[in-house]
Amino acid sequence: MTAALYLFLYAMILVFAAGCAVRIYRYATAPMHLRWELYPVPHEEPHRVRHGGSYFEAPDWWTRPVHFNLAGELKFMIPEMIFLKGLWEFNRPMWRRSFPFHFGLYLLIGTAALAAVAAVLDLIAAGTSSTGLGWAIARLYTVTGLAGAILCVVGALGLLHRRLTDPKLRLYTTPGDIFNLVFFVVAVALLFAGFAFGGPDTPGPAAIVRGLVRFDTGLEIPATLAVGLALAGLLIAYIPMTHMSHFIAKWFTYHEIRWDDQPIARSRRLARKLAEQLAYRPTWAAAHVGADGSKTWADVATTNPAQGAKR
Amino acid sequence: MKDKKIDLKDMSRTEREPLVHLEDGDLMPLPVPSADVVTERRWTPLSEQIREKYECILDDTCAVNVPRPQSKEEEEELVRKFLSGLDKLFSKENNWTFLLPLVLTMEHCAKCQTCSEACHIYEASGRNELYRPTFRSEIMRRLYYKYVKHGGLLSAWQHGDIEVNWPLVARLIELSYRCNLCRRCAQTCPIGADNGLVAHELRKLFSQEMGIAAKEIHDSGSMLQLKVGSSTGMNALVVKDNIEFIDEDMSEKTGIKVETPWDVEGADVLLIHNAGEILAWPENPGAFAVILNAAGIKWTLSSELAGYDSINYGVWYDDAQFARVALKHAEAARKLKVKKIVLGECGHAHKSLSVIADRVLDGEYNIPRESSMTLLHDIVMNGRIKLDPSRNDFPVTLHDPCNLVRLMGVVEPQREILRKICPKFREMEPHGVDNYCCGGGSGFAIMSPNNFSDWRFRVAGRKKMEQILNAFADCLDPSIPKYLCAPCSNCKGQFRDMLAYYDMWEKYRILYGGLVELIVNAMVDVKPGFIEWEWH
Repeated sequence: MTAALYLFLYAMILVFAAGCAVRIYRYATAPMHLRWELYPVPHEEPHRVRHGGSYFEAPDWWTRPVHFNLAGELKFMIPEMIFLKGLWEFNRPMWRRSFPFHFGLYLLIGTAALAAVAAVLDLIAAGTSSTGLGWAIARLYTVTGLAGAILCVVGALGLLHRRLTDPKLRLYTTPGDIFNLVFFVVAVALLFAGFAFGGPDTPGPAAIVRGLVRFDTGLEIPATLAVGLALAGLLIAYIPMTHMSHFIAKWFTYHEIRWDDQPIARSRRLARKLAEQLAYRPTWAAAHVGADGSKTWADVATTNPAQGAKR
Repeated sequence: MKDKKIDLKDMSRTEREPLVHLEDGDLMPLPVPSADVVTERRWTPLSEQIREKYECILDDTCAVNVPRPQSKEEEEELVRKFLSGLDKLFSKENNWTFLLPLVLTMEHCAKCQTCSEACHIYEASGRNELYRPTFRSEIMRRLYYKYVKHGGLLSAWQHGDIEVNWPLVARLIELSYRCNLCRRCAQTCPIGADNGLVAHELRKLFSQEMGIAAKEIHDSGSMLQLKVGSSTGMNALVVKDNIEFIDEDMSEKTGIKVETPWDVEGADVLLIHNAGEILAWPENPGAFAVILNAAGIKWTLSSELAGYDSINYGVWYDDAQFARVALKHAEAARKLKVKKIVLGECGHAHKSLSVIADRVLDGEYNIPRESSMTLLHDIVMNGRIKLDPSRNDFPVTLHDPCNLVRLMGVVEPQREILRKICPKFREMEPHGVDNYCCGGGSGFAIMSPNNFSDWRFRVAGRKKMEQILNAFADCLDPSIPKYLCAPCSNCKGQFRDMLAYYDMWEKYRILYGGLVELIVNAMVDVKPGFIEWEWH
């Protein structure tokens, strides 16, 4: 039973990793797109970020050195990632539900990471789990795990309630959206119940990780906890298949689109890509485009449909 | 009407009835009730003849005038073309230009509706569901999963189902022209999805695959520009003639001899105006000439095909047309061997040539492009012309063109100029990158088919009307002349028509105009009274 659970969890982690990798690969290898930035762009010079300005505000901007304000990006990204600042600013009712949900997930991820650290420490030096650093880590992940589970479930229930009762969300809600939230509630609640109410012999998170690493089939995992772990594994594997993988998408929507203000004249990589993409052969059917499948984008762009002549 | 809920499935309804009808009482109220003309001015209904002839089955208006198919077979053929275009929208060979932003928007919208409150059209319509930014996107998303990703039952369960038929396609064509493409919605999306882009991509599909686009931006827009050089219909001879006339007029008006240089090889600056200015607001190119000459700039206009008209309507609906016009602009600069192109007061021309075309123009065609706001800022703030701000001693507010500000980041130069030369300058709220569209964006300013203007002024421009009235709330008295500065030709077109529609000149003496007019009005060497306080 324990061996099957271990195998299942390993498989789910692999599916998650593969799902994320496929998604990242798809987005990262997409062709270079035309610039489509939105201001403010936080890596601009600090005095411009304040009003949302760009390098286009400087006379002869192309003669000036490139400025990249990493601190500006971090100043934007950190509150956005941790506190969902955008939602706080523009959709406070949703933030009240979404923030606990997401922050709860962060705490649960933190709990898993702490449990992994405790397990590794114990594997390196047996017995550290009950003393010193190991003990402190165990106390810490108990707190983060408890808080994370409560926040996550409360947030997910809040989101579910809003999705089902608010007409402006209801119209756009699919059965899949409801399932996703219910899935979170059930998986996290069972995991929580499995650890909290499984009795004195229930292995803790670090023991589970240790067992998983050592493939210790002698570890006894109570049924509720086993189901909770299996569901959590399934949920983790499911996420990259859905829109909930926006933790990946956000890198691209922000860094590759909203904030992508790199001029082509300063990038040989972009110039190479443009040359490659201008050789693509479009097949748009409208007569004025004149794309018959043999012409390249460069041919199309240099044809004048109103005069029937190239430049 | 507010209570009538529409559903996504209604888009496929086969009855030839509009899905929604807006009553004046549904619309967002204006801060000064007496400024609202909705009770005095009736919404012109679409005629039976128009409804019979064209597919006007979305709402109270009709922007594109798609002819009704004459048979079931014709309908099926159009649906087939639509699905073929949809597929192409998601292939790199056909749509490398916007593939990644589109796919990310399709796959990651959380449907949280955060974007809705940012949309001026949705708010002004009284929050009508049809105009919610996610309404069209959700249709598109369901089509994507079903017909592009070929999702089965599981996908329909996860992403929602949809049935495609001709009424749905016909309604989507119209719905893609109920968005100003201002991308204020995208700015607020926590994930970075872009519902404005969805409208843009739909327009592209209809144009590039089905040959369907608003007549004003395709036939009389980009096609005419590529044929004669300008969407105004002016060829090089006519435009030179008109500029000569403007020079004479300016010389008389300012007391300074004005001469516009043409085709000067090796000039520092190739200035490209929106040619609409030359016909509709000649004082604008005239004022540019006065300023650049006075500042000692070595500049020129070009008489090359499209070299004298900066418009690029392709940016709103068609990548092929967009690239063609951008190349024409670059070609004009390359031939003259100028050091840089400076774009006149036209927002979409700024964004098209400076930002979006940057990844179309390479090598010798990637000639530096600069905003006229930046050049003017340099001239004004560095004292290259003498100015007397007391000549502009009247209330002035600034409209931020979306393309110039939110989509390009040129925010401060124009307002620093105004702070220097207009003692009674006041901001609209919100302003800068958080501004609201004038309601004429994405081509609407030049589109008036059927009763589309009623929708454009009552709905799309309503939020801007609110902002204007609020900005001048302390001086609405008609004895005080007020100036709405809009450094964008399309925005000015919208203001010209919308302020007239709301009777703003007669009621409150609100005049609109560009930035250069204010600069020349303050120039010490110019005869006083450059700005004429009369409606035009």
